[in-house]
Amino acid sequence: MFTKKRGKTNPEVSTASLPDIIFMLLFFFMVVTVLRDGERKVAVVVPEATELQKLQQKSLVNHIWIGKPVEKFRSTYGTKPRIQLGDKFASEYDIPLFLEQHKIKVPEVQRPRITTSLKVDGAVTMGIVTDVKTALRKANQLKVNYSARPRAK
Amino acid sequence: MARTKSRDRMKNEINAGSMADIAFLLLIFFLVTTTIDIDKGITVKLPPWSEEDPETQKLKKRNVFSVLVNAQDQLLVRGELTDIDDLRENAKEFIANPLNRDDLSTDPKNAIISLKNDRGTSYGIYVEVYNELKAAYNELWDDECQKMYGIPYSDELPFAYKKAIRDKIPFVLSEAEPTNFGEE
Repeated sequence: MFTKKRGKTNPEVSTASLPDIIFMLLFFFMVVTVLRDGERKVAVVVPEATELQKLQQKSLVNHIWIGKPVEKFRSTYGTKPRIQLGDKFASEYDIPLFLEQHKIKVPEVQRPRITTSLKVDGAVTMGIVTDVKTALRKANQLKVNYSARPRAK
Repeated sequence: MARTKSRDRMKNEINAGSMADIAFLLLIFFLVTTTIDIDKGITVKLPPWSEEDPETQKLKKRNVFSVLVNAQDQLLVRGELTDIDDLRENAKEFIANPLNRDDLSTDPKNAIISLKNDRGTSYGIYVEVYNELKAAYNELWDDECQKMYGIPYSDELPFAYKKAIRDKIPFVLSEAEPTNFGEE
């Protein structure tokens, strides 16, 4: 009796749940993924800090990069620190338009919560950062996050 | 007859064997494109811009904790050359003034931190200084929270608790326009 039953059962491991497992992993990665928005044209190594706060909603954050142009662009743009908005080199005068273009994509109720993330290279001098800060203040974008890496205490 | 028999044996299911492969393909795509961006940083609130000169306020000298960072990345805290490692402790002592010294702040509510830098100051040092000052406040808030509610201070605290603590020890940091010195 027993032998008969065993003979009938399939000895293979069921792979029916494999897609489900893979899908779970897939969804995890889809959620944590930040698709790279264009090319990084400036080299940025953000400084280290301990008192960090997480940026909550990705859709409410816009990024301003400041750093020296990467190797490729040094011949045309030199080695002085530059501002990158979106995927283009820019100056502080382009900031109001850049902020406005991001703002119109955000629902009106959430607009006061828009944060600007300043991704600035640690070796950049404060001059250019101050110019950007002044531009942000003039554009009434006052919530700013100085992007930093966590430092082991 | 023969046909129906073979149909009966056939299972009416779509073959899901390739589902895993499709999912794998998508998974690998996302694995490759993912940069688990740890979007973290020090959140600050900039003062609103106004064309007029700000009104001058008379402050007692003892209530002001001035921090100057020059283009050589040196720190001058209340007129003395200071190492960045001592900044946090100095700031904490200044704000809380546990020994009631008459050269430190009268009350945490009156304490003001004034930060000034040159255009040539490196951003790395600026963030480090800002971080230390913020850390000083965070530690004080933590102490106060332990005293009042017996729990450590965190961002997840109920709003009322946070407000009570922040009313007691408000974070006041005034940044002056940087001097045009040392710009490359």
